[in-house]
This record gives sequence, C-alpha cells and structure tokens, in this order.
Amino acid sequence: MAESTYDLIVIGSGPGGYIAAIRAAQLGMRVACVEKDSTLGGTCLNIGCIPSKALLESSERYYQAGHDFAAHGIQASGLGLDLAKMMSRKDGVVRALTRGVASLFKKHTITGITGRARFLAPNRLEISGADVQIVTAPRILIATGSAPIELPIARFDGKRIVSSTEALSLPTVPGRMIVIGGGAIGLEMGSVWSRLGSEVLVVEMLDRLVPGMDTQMAAQLQRALQRQGLTFQLGTTLKSATADANGVDVGLKGPKGVSQERADVLLVAVGRRPYTEGLGLDVIGLTLDERGRIPVGPHYETAVAGVFAIGDVIPGLMLAHKAEDEGVAAVERMAGVAGHVNYDAIPNVVYTAPELASVGLSEDEAKRRGIAVRIGSFPYTANGRARSIGETEGAVKVVADATTDRVLGIHILGPHASDVIAEAALAIEFSASAEDIGRTVHAHPTLAEALKEAALAVDGRPLNI
Amino acid sequence: MAVDVQIPALGESVSEGVIVRWLKRDGETVAVDEALFELETDKASVEIPAPSAGIIAVLAKEGQTVHVGDVVARIEPNGAAKAAAPATPQPAATPPPPSPNPPAPATASAAAAPLSPAVRRLVDEHALDPAQIAASGKGGRLTKGDVLAHLNAPASDSSAEATPSAGPAASAEAPRPPTPYPHPDAPRPGASGDAIERVPMTRLRQRIAERLRQAQATAAILTTFNEIDMSAVMELRARFKTRFAEVHGVPLGFMSFFARACIATLQEMPLINAQIDGTDIVYNHHVHLGVAVGTERGLVVPIVHNAEQHAFADIEREIARLAGLARDNKLGIDDLSGGTFTISNGGVYGSLLSTPILNPPQSAILGMHKIEKRAVVVGDQIVIRPMMYLALSYDHRLIDGAEAVRFLVKVKERLEEPSRLLLGV
Repeated sequence: MAESTYDLIVIGSGPGGYIAAIRAAQLGMRVACVEKDSTLGGTCLNIGCIPSKALLESSERYYQAGHDFAAHGIQASGLGLDLAKMMSRKDGVVRALTRGVASLFKKHTITGITGRARFLAPNRLEISGADVQIVTAPRILIATGSAPIELPIARFDGKRIVSSTEALSLPTVPGRMIVIGGGAIGLEMGSVWSRLGSEVLVVEMLDRLVPGMDTQMAAQLQRALQRQGLTFQLGTTLKSATADANGVDVGLKGPKGVSQERADVLLVAVGRRPYTEGLGLDVIGLTLDERGRIPVGPHYETAVAGVFAIGDVIPGLMLAHKAEDEGVAAVERMAGVAGHVNYDAIPNVVYTAPELASVGLSEDEAKRRGIAVRIGSFPYTANGRARSIGETEGAVKVVADATTDRVLGIHILGPHASDVIAEAALAIEFSASAEDIGRTVHAHPTLAEALKEAALAVDGRPLNI
Repeated sequence: MAVDVQIPALGESVSEGVIVRWLKRDGETVAVDEALFELETDKASVEIPAPSAGIIAVLAKEGQTVHVGDVVARIEPNGAAKAAAPATPQPAATPPPPSPNPPAPATASAAAAPLSPAVRRLVDEHALDPAQIAASGKGGRLTKGDVLAHLNAPASDSSAEATPSAGPAASAEAPRPPTPYPHPDAPRPGASGDAIERVPMTRLRQRIAERLRQAQATAAILTTFNEIDMSAVMELRARFKTRFAEVHGVPLGFMSFFARACIATLQEMPLINAQIDGTDIVYNHHVHLGVAVGTERGLVVPIVHNAEQHAFADIEREIARLAGLARDNKLGIDDLSGGTFTISNGGVYGSLLSTPILNPPQSAILGMHKIEKRAVVVGDQIVIRPMMYLALSYDHRLIDGAEAVRFLVKVKERLEEPSRLLLGV
C-alpha cells in the first residue's frame, strides 16, 4: 500500500483547508490536501458562496430589467428568462474557480489527494478514493467544514424538499417556494427565486430575521424584501412536510395557530452542522461537543497533540473568511510565527438587495455588555452616489465607545455594503475612533462617504443631513 | 561679524532666569526671530528669538541660571543662508500640519508611529508631546482614547485653595467643552509601582508657590460675595452674538461684559485699582486688566493694557489673542506685567463659589463662577433665573469692607442692567 509522508496534511479543500495548505507551503512545509469531492474548493466554491453570488447577480439583473429599467428611460420588451443558461453561467464561474484552486496547488507544490480521510492514528490517515493510500504527517489539520442541517420531519429528497445545495440548481422556477429559515442563506436563496418569478414565503422561528445583526436594520431589510414581493411569517415553526409528485404540503405553527400551506419546493435553511462523518475521530480519542463541533485550544490544536481543526467544524461563526483566517493562523503557529485571528473584526454579510453587512458589536450587544456607547447613523437617501444609481434604501450605523470614541461596531444596510464594510473592519483592527473615520478623506461621490458621515454623526455633526 | 544673543530685560523685579531648553542645536542654521531657547522666570516661560539669521554657537547649558545681559549664544551670519528650517516645534513638540504629500510626519521622535487624524487633532489642540502618552493601539500607535485618558489624568493637589480660581480667558462658553488641564507636576499615570513618587517642582511651580505664599503673608486678604442675575447679559448676547461675530470677526463672550462693568466701576472707585507700595498708596490712572488663563504649565495672567480705552470687540479680541499666546507659551514679559486688577473665571471648570487669591501687587481680584439656574424671588414671585456668584477678594489693608461690598454691588447693577454700560451710569 502506498504510503507517503508530509509535514502537514489538510483534510478538506474548502476556503479553510486550501488557504491553510497554501500558507503552509509558503512557510516551507510539504503539504498534502485531501478532498472527498471530485473538485476542490469545498462548500464555498461548489455549493455555497460562489454559486449563490453568481445567481444573486444574474437574478438581480433580471429583476432590474423588469422593474427598474423603465425609470432609467430604458425600454425593454420581450424580456425572457433562460434558466438553463443562467445555471450554466453559474457552473462556469464555479468551474473556473475550482480550477483556480487546483492551479494554486500546483504552483505551491501542494499534493492534492482525492478520497475520504480516516484517522488510523493521530499522525496517520487512510485515504479511500479510487484506491486506498496511507499518508502520515506529524501535523494534521481538520477542515472538513459543515453540511446543511436536515430536519427529521422534512428529510431532503432533492426535488421537493431541498437544502441550499439543490436550491442552487433547480431545473425550473418554482411557482411557489417556502423557505424555512430567515437567516442569510434563506433570504439569499429566497431572493434569487423571488426575482426569477417564484412566490416566496419565508418562515422564521424567531420574531426577527438575520439574528445577530442590527435589529433596526433587520427590520428595514424585511420591509425592503417585502416590497420586492417576498412574504414572511415570523415566530413560526415548521410542523410537517409531506412531498408528493407535484409539490409539498407544509404544516406551520405560528402566533395565530396552525396553518397548512402548499408549495412546489420547500427549502430548509435552518443552519449548518459541523461535518465530521467518517473521519474516525473516535479512533484517536477526539470527542465532539454538544453541537458536534471539535473543541480546540487557542492555537487551534485539538485535545490530541498534532491534530488541529479550523473553520465550520470548530465553534464560531460559520463564515468562509473566518475559516480562512483561522487556517492561516493555525499554520503560522505551527511554523513558529505569530498567527492570530481578531474575532472582533470579522465582517458578516447578507447578499440580498440591499446588502446587509456588519463588523464588531451591535448596539444591543454593547448595551448587554454594559458599555456606554454613542451611535451615529446616516441614511443612503442623503448620499449622492446612492441617489445617482437609484439605490437609496438603507443606512450606515457606527457604534462607538462613549468615553474613548473607539469604534466598536459598524453596520451597513445598502448597496455594496459587502465592500464598504471592508473599511470598517480595517478601522476596528486599528482601534480607530469614529473621529478618525470622520477625518479620513473619502472620495466623492461614493457609497463609502455614508460611512464617513455616520462617523461624524457619532459626534452629532454630520455634514449632509 | 557674530551677533550676541543676550538675555533681555525680564520685567519688573525679575533679574534672573533658567534656560530650560534649547530649541536649536549648536551649529544649526537659524532665521531671524526664530525661537532659540526657552527661558523660565518667576513669572512665566518665554521663548527668546534670534536677533539675526545665521549659524548659532550655543554658549550656555540647559538648566543654567542666567542674568539679564548675559550672552548665551552667538550667531555667525551665514552669507549663503536662505530661510532657515521651518517653524520650530513648540516646547511640547506639536507635529507640523499634514503636508500635501505622504502621511504627516509624526513628532520630533523618529521612532514614533504615525498619528491618526483624531490623535493629530488632539495633539495639536492641546500642544501635547505624543512621546509622553502611553499608547495602546496596534503596533504601538496612539489611539484617540489614549490621548483623552492622558488629558483627563487625575491632577494632584491643584484645588482652589492654593491657586487663584483658574479658567480660560475666553468667554465662559468656550468653543469646545472645557478639558480639565492635568496638573503640570502630576506624576505620569502608570509610573512606578512604589507607594510614592518624588518629582522635583519646576522652577515655575516654585515661583508660583513662593508668590502665593508672599501674597497671603503680605496682604490682609478677605473675600466678599454677591450674586448676579445673568439673564439680561445672556439675552443681549443671544440676540447679538451672530451679528457681533460678523461685524467684529471675534465671538462675543461674557468676559467683555464683565471687563466693561469692572472698568466702569474701577473708574468710579479708584481705590480698588490702587496698590500699596511701602507706606504709599499708588493710584493708577489706567486700568490694566489681568485675565487669568489656565495652561498646561500652570496659571498665567496676561494683561490687557489700558483696558478702559477698549470697546467690547477690542476686549474680546485682545483676550483671545493673549489666551492664544498663553497656550502657545509665547507670552512676552510686557504681556505679563503691569496689571492693576484681575478677573478670574472658575465657572468654566464648574466652580460655584470660591475665594480667589490676590495677584500681587494688585489689591483686588474678581472671581466669576458658573451660571446655574436657580429659584429666586423677584417682586414676591419665585422665578427661575440663571444666576452666577461673584467673589471679590481684596486687600483689607487698603480697601475697607464697605467699599469692597459697594464695588461688587455696582458691578452687579451694571451687569443686571447692561444699558448702564452704554450710558455710563
């Protein structure tokens, strides 16, 4: 049986895994990366971030052509949708990026191994692919990510009851789609299909959408999505789901009691669970926590020496960039250089229209911690660029320490919030004060100016409202 | 032909000083009027300018005591010397304003990390030395919070008993919220872990201590109080402040009202404006009004000379000019000498009532305090008025109680009915 030795073996080639592998190679390690799927890139590239953003873009353009072009004086008649083409474009984007990872591996001489990994010992893996091989390394990094949570009462059938994976490749536009889960994934997928013509109902257990994000902005986002045609039932849970040849019967229980709904497709997007199937963690004595996650120490080492874990499989926000930075930090620590993830400065984005992005503490969280804060807000209706492009929905909110003026959190609802938030994350990394942002020149006219104005508003002196 | 740099006349009764700091090094090129060194005397710290341009040869050391007339440096005119280096840093190394090009250079210390915009602003406004502030930011950077904490560092024993109630000379409503100045001699926060820290007094602090003790020991200082209803002044100010600023180019504060009221009353009661000299009483025909200004280094009292000749706008302008010079540590000897009466405003710091100490050889000092809405009785009705307590400390050797009281009453009447200032009654 073939047996190879490396300095580091990474299990999983998603953003956490492949980035860790590349960083390790940069630091001079001999690295192998094991991937059970035929393409690299994990959930993010194949059935997550990338395909969803591609569809969000395509569907947004389709929606604007039908709804917003007229206001710009553009007459478009005979507007049609070729769903197969849209999907094919999405697949092309995914293919290009997964091939990109493969070429990065080649560039850094990282050995990619296709197959399922299983621990034989803390420094020994059995990989079952086309054939079986044994690989050993003094250090093994688990980056196996996560999978959609499946509800026992609504088992996925891939056709009528689906997870986000299938929702990214539906063969036709559903007449009616019910989405269980009002988080980022539910809202994004709901938006895609709503724009393409589905009647979408989003069902959420809590009394608000996108838990964890700024409360006011979550409400504003809901109103915006409602104006786009989505409907919502909050404080409502799924009670039953029965699929048949033509659709699915859905039983809901809400504040007003139980109700029965019928849909063509039921999308269950209630979260993701860490994926550790088949790894054989019990063989090396690793136990999972109550949520199936692998506990790790401050340098991402597990209870078993030489075995590390990062990303969705360990506690924390399930975000690709969090996994990436953890991968880099873990590998840097292994190499003896200082690697560190600043968990207070991790941006979180919902790619709806308008986009919702935030980094740092929310107003509620700051108050919960007993921190006296000052808040500055600035609406996009008062921003020149937003008006020029006709996207004035939303605002920027800056949360700053009342005594030191240090920026604790920034929350943005609006066009391109996902990009504007980058400046906010940088500010938090550098312990900037709201005044620092207010005194930094921002190009005019840009959406980013709204961030500067919100920072000035912390001091009660915005210039444009 | 080398030009001598001599210690100039230092003002009444001051004959010596100490060179605290050289601002130019031996061999450096200097421009005419460029500040060469910091000289500390009993009264203040002043910068001595270069009498001519050229290359400087430093002859005296930092810390050296010098006398009027001493030659402390020589300047060799440099034929090829063009304009010398740009304005030297303040004694508290203020970073230069941001250049059009790459990020503004930090401080004199090359090792200092660049300053963020908010930090730059605070350092400029308060004439701070960034190197003296503990930094908690990324890579050793100063954050705004670090600078604010430094500014609000607990002052040691700078209570109202030892020093005259300090306050900025500008109007009671300063353009920015008053920052309590840290006591100049307070140990830096987080210094040592010992129970005490021994810090030598600066020469200026020693002189202030000595003068105040002398003042108390020489004069028989008493204080009398009254209170004013500020509503008439506030109403007048609210009505006209925009127009005043437009016409005169300087904000209308409260100080000009108080100054005019005091000047008018001093002219009626010249004894308050007089001094004891030996066994003589010296009456002053002019009012040289001292306005107390708090700075980082301590309290200074620049003088508005011939204040009785100043109109409202001129008083505001002159006070603003002197306050600026005081904070930049650029007051000249003439600016600090010859006062006949002083006004001090503790109100900006929140003082409700206090007993100011005299500024020798003056015989009286007026203390302004904070304006607070109180329930008062007007014509048998209880109404809410913005009230301010006024204090007049006076030398009882010269001024009797009844006169002191009468002075305050007249000042009060003039302020409660400002039209009196117009009519001279």
